[in-house]
Amino acid sequence: MSTVAVIAMKEVQEALRNRWVLAATLLMAGLALALTFLGSAPTGTVGVRALDVVVVSLSSLTIFLVPLIALLISHDAIVGEMERGTMLLLLSYPVARWQVVLGKFTGHLAVLAFATLLGYGAAAFALLATGARIEAASWTAFAAMVGSSVALGAVFIALGYLVSATSGSRGAAAGVCIGIWLGMVLVYDMALLGILVVDQGRTITSASLDVLLLLNPTDVYRLVNLSGFANVSAFSGMSGLAGSTRLGAPVLVAALVAWTVLPLSLAALSFGRREL
Amino acid sequence: MKIAVDIASVSKSYGAVQAVRDVSFTLRSGVVALVGHNGAGKTTLMKLMLGLIRPTAGEVRVLGENPAAGQFLARRRLGYLPENVAFNAALTGKETLAFYARLKREPVDKALTLLERVGLGSAGTRRVGTYSKGMRQRLGLAQALLGEPEVLLLDEPTTGLDPALRVQFYDIIQDLAATGATVLMSSHALSELEERTERVIIMDGGRVVVDGAIDELREIARLPVRFRVRPGPASLSLPVEFRPRAETKLDTVEFDVPALRKMEVLQSLICRDRPPTDVEVIPPSLDALYAHFLNDRGHAS
Repeated sequence: MSTVAVIAMKEVQEALRNRWVLAATLLMAGLALALTFLGSAPTGTVGVRALDVVVVSLSSLTIFLVPLIALLISHDAIVGEMERGTMLLLLSYPVARWQVVLGKFTGHLAVLAFATLLGYGAAAFALLATGARIEAASWTAFAAMVGSSVALGAVFIALGYLVSATSGSRGAAAGVCIGIWLGMVLVYDMALLGILVVDQGRTITSASLDVLLLLNPTDVYRLVNLSGFANVSAFSGMSGLAGSTRLGAPVLVAALVAWTVLPLSLAALSFGRREL
Repeated sequence: MKIAVDIASVSKSYGAVQAVRDVSFTLRSGVVALVGHNGAGKTTLMKLMLGLIRPTAGEVRVLGENPAAGQFLARRRLGYLPENVAFNAALTGKETLAFYARLKREPVDKALTLLERVGLGSAGTRRVGTYSKGMRQRLGLAQALLGEPEVLLLDEPTTGLDPALRVQFYDIIQDLAATGATVLMSSHALSELEERTERVIIMDGGRVVVDGAIDELREIARLPVRFRVRPGPASLSLPVEFRPRAETKLDTVEFDVPALRKMEVLQSLICRDRPPTDVEVIPPSLDALYAHFLNDRGHAS
């Protein structure tokens, strides 16, 4: 087994033992099931697009929940081990520091992917069990939603590591992570909306809006899910934005990948230079 | 003999604090004790050898590699027990040791036999969070011994160990040293180290004060040897210049003799008409040597 895999396995083992996996899965499944059944109330259960409604409500849930879970498990990863003293021993082993970062990332991402797959999968199965008819296109949209949710998780795990690698203490790392969550999930969109309203399209063109949307991974995620699929975007009220943006799926996916790779590399770099 | 650790005029400062100042020494196989007050620079030196920190000046080489330059293959042949060793509380002792064995590419089955060796056999399936300080220290020792290391760095290894395990611990160390391994051990328990180390490095304020075999240190220090004599029925008449010490027990007489006159005094005691029933000659302890060298520095500076 490679060193990265050994470290990843240990992270998964610890997450299972600490009930992190259980807690995250139950939380996601519970909220997904609640949204599936409460969310279908306005459209009625006879609609053939039941799963599309689920995709819309679950992706809105993801934008709040997945970054939060990801930052919760990742902010402690490096600075926490340094404070507890376990990092000292780990680094005395034949392990490069980037292997530690990558191994932890793989492990944490596996935990998050497992929770998302199981939690959101439960919602889809519950819908099937009620006898809803689901089109192939809806399944594609659902699969894309689950996949991009994991990708969004990867972005925030990587951001959490960057904070963890550069913070002097766990408390500081937690504080910065709360700030990142608030900023990216809540404040950024409100501010953007405010600017757009004030600007009235005078200086912000559709191209510069695209750039502004790419600068926030939660907006990239929103574009992937709420405007990428015709049926879904009709429900989400994002069809207007979807029509004006020229960002295709490849660009959006590339943006999510870049948002993961860049912070993760910076985290490895900064951790590599750190003395302990 | 191969040089396992080479420290060449190494200094390390943290801002204004100089933790290590111009230290040079080489380590070959055998047990070496690193002795000094808290803050003397012992832990910093070990961290430098592990490449956890980079020297401000000078060069460190461990098993031929520069540990701070991202070369880490030598660490497979290196064992380290940090002061206040910590493990993840959620995993069991077995799981923890298996994890470290995999990182060192050691067979896990063989690694788990180390648990028996440090007396943790029955506690292996318990979570590390439930372990006492002594048990954590044993687990720390087990992981340091993984893969029969050629260089073993032990920072305060015997704190928290009970006397029985201490003896066992020193046996394990001596076995390793006999196979040609280099063991560097920092400790406060000087009296324990005395019979177990071939060489002592005394540090103070980031500098090496003295470095050598205990006998050499005794020669340099020229501390008096202590005689403890049980005179028996005859009363003991001492040469005038030796005064019995105050804390002497009822039936014995203790007095200090300069090291150079040891044989002369011994001869005069034994070649009497009625020699004493017992004579003990006690060389200066490591404690005394340590105090001597540190005081010396105090006067010098």
